Amino acid sequence: METANYKYVIFALVIAAIFAVAPFSLPRFYVYLIALIVTTGLLSTSLNFVLGFGGIYQFHHAVFYGVGAYGAAVMIMKLNYNPWIGFIVGPLAAAFLSLVIGLICIRLSKLYFGMLQISLGSLVWAIVYRWYTFTGGDDGIHGISVPPILESPIGSYYFTLIVVALSLFIMYRILKAPFGSILQGIRDNVVRSQAIGVNVRRHQLIAIVIAGFFAGVAGVLFVVVDNSVFPDMMFWTLSLEITIMALVGGWYTFLGPMLGAAIIVLLRTFVSTMTEYWALALGLVLLLVILFLPEGVLGKVFEIWRERGLGRTGEAERTKGTDYA
Amino acid sequence: MDILSAICSPVVLCQILMGLSRTVILFIVASGLSLILGVLRIPNIAHGSLYMIGAFMAYTVSRLFGGGIAGYWMAVLLAPLGVALLSFVVERGIFSRVYDREHIMLFLLTFAFVLVFGDLVKMVWGAEYRTVPIPPFFQGAIPILGMRFPIYNFFLLLMGPLVAILLYLLVNKTKMGKISRAAAVDMEMVAGVGINVSRVFCSVFVIGCFLAGLGGALVAPIVNVSLGMDHTLIMEAFLIVIIGGLGNIWGALLGSLIFGLTQSLGILIWPQFGIVLPYAAVIVVLSFRPTGLLRSTW
Repeated sequence: METANYKYVIFALVIAAIFAVAPFSLPRFYVYLIALIVTTGLLSTSLNFVLGFGGIYQFHHAVFYGVGAYGAAVMIMKLNYNPWIGFIVGPLAAAFLSLVIGLICIRLSKLYFGMLQISLGSLVWAIVYRWYTFTGGDDGIHGISVPPILESPIGSYYFTLIVVALSLFIMYRILKAPFGSILQGIRDNVVRSQAIGVNVRRHQLIAIVIAGFFAGVAGVLFVVVDNSVFPDMMFWTLSLEITIMALVGGWYTFLGPMLGAAIIVLLRTFVSTMTEYWALALGLVLLLVILFLPEGVLGKVFEIWRERGLGRTGEAERTKGTDYA
Repeated sequence: MDILSAICSPVVLCQILMGLSRTVILFIVASGLSLILGVLRIPNIAHGSLYMIGAFMAYTVSRLFGGGIAGYWMAVLLAPLGVALLSFVVERGIFSRVYDREHIMLFLLTFAFVLVFGDLVKMVWGAEYRTVPIPPFFQGAIPILGMRFPIYNFFLLLMGPLVAILLYLLVNKTKMGKISRAAAVDMEMVAGVGINVSRVFCSVFVIGCFLAGLGGALVAPIVNVSLGMDHTLIMEAFLIVIIGGLGNIWGALLGSLIFGLTQSLGILIWPQFGIVLPYAAVIVVLSFRPTGLLRSTW
């Protein structure tokens, strides 16, 4: 056990070192790309927090990403607040919205929840899309001013990296805490959880709000990286794209969505240079993954490790089979 | 008295009629979605894409037959059949192999088809707008209380009840309908008495998709046929199915009525954000009846 932890620390340090030196050895575009990947990865991880660990069908998660970004952008550009205040308001707005939508949907179960959630999310999109004076309508808001320290690509890169690492750490701790265990218990068996006295809806709502908050954080990071917001950030297709990321990387694994985000974002970047039919390519990838690799890349890796008796069977890394309803 | 006269004003009446013709399209699409959801339990988000393909096929067919009345009727007939054929291939090729997966996997699988169909439409028809001419027979408008109401929308108002009745007969009076209703309740029992459930699933899926194509073909003359017309419609269809009760065709009718009317009146009351009204109605309905107005089949 000691040696295993030692290995993980070394692994983490190597990863951190690679990320730290990346901006000095890579062209500027790739630095931007890494920042985009970790931002999208944070979004996908926050989705996996409710979907993979909570078993809640949060089909339209990107709406909180969009609201986080728009919250910051509107505070900065329309209401002329200090950018740092905008950065705090964004995630809080996202958390608040996730509480409201969560309260409306939470009484429904599984698929009903998902379908209502995706529809209400698209209502938010429609409002943002039409409210020209406040949100810039379909143009969005561009050239958002950020604090001076974040204006350089390297500054925004490190800021993004630190915030993502911190967010991932917090989510990981939450999942390892008793709350996380209860959440996964609810996922695995709602009736039993109720029987031992767990307030199922309250735990699910808290999970939804936490995930919404971190999706909002990801939205703010997008503002930092790209200095712009647009309504497509909260369109339902993006929500399903980040669900695909979680699926490709591996549900029920903590780092799977991050890996999936890297795979999908890189794939999009390179496929888009060759053809305009990126959606077709993504659809085919999704089809193949669902048919042949439903446990995802990381899930498959853990499965192989376990078969060889190498892996730990930690809760977060545990891959689950189908059918947990 | 003031409110009463306002309700009876020609503008509002005309808007209600417009809302009802919108209801017809919503009902035709949503009933197909509901059918598939009720029997196969697939939340088919690609249903909107099939609606879009139906509209594009209607465009091509009506062009092929040189517009006019013949072109229109061929479009209304052939476009849904084309969509049904497409769905048949997809069902036999892929869906029939994965029915035992989790809902979320099936949901994502249908999303894969949203992506694929969207790009295929872009490849075949291109990204620009298309318009299907209203056949000469349906052109023009009839005066109602001084307002002019398009004849084509009247035709839609007739189509709605017709489709509803045919669907009722299909589900309640035919053997296949009875089997599919039984399969919705207890699939294993149906298989146990020696019925080929897979074939029943396939026919229900194809009929549901046919309805999506029919909705697309019927709506084609009054909207711009374009990429992205699937995106908003599928969300509306989802909501309709939820407030109606999953799998319940009459629920889909009721939901479409609520949605179509609140939508058209919402635009009248508050042009910019009238779109909020149907959603508000949905939230009100669900806070009293979380599983929809009518009994869901599962």
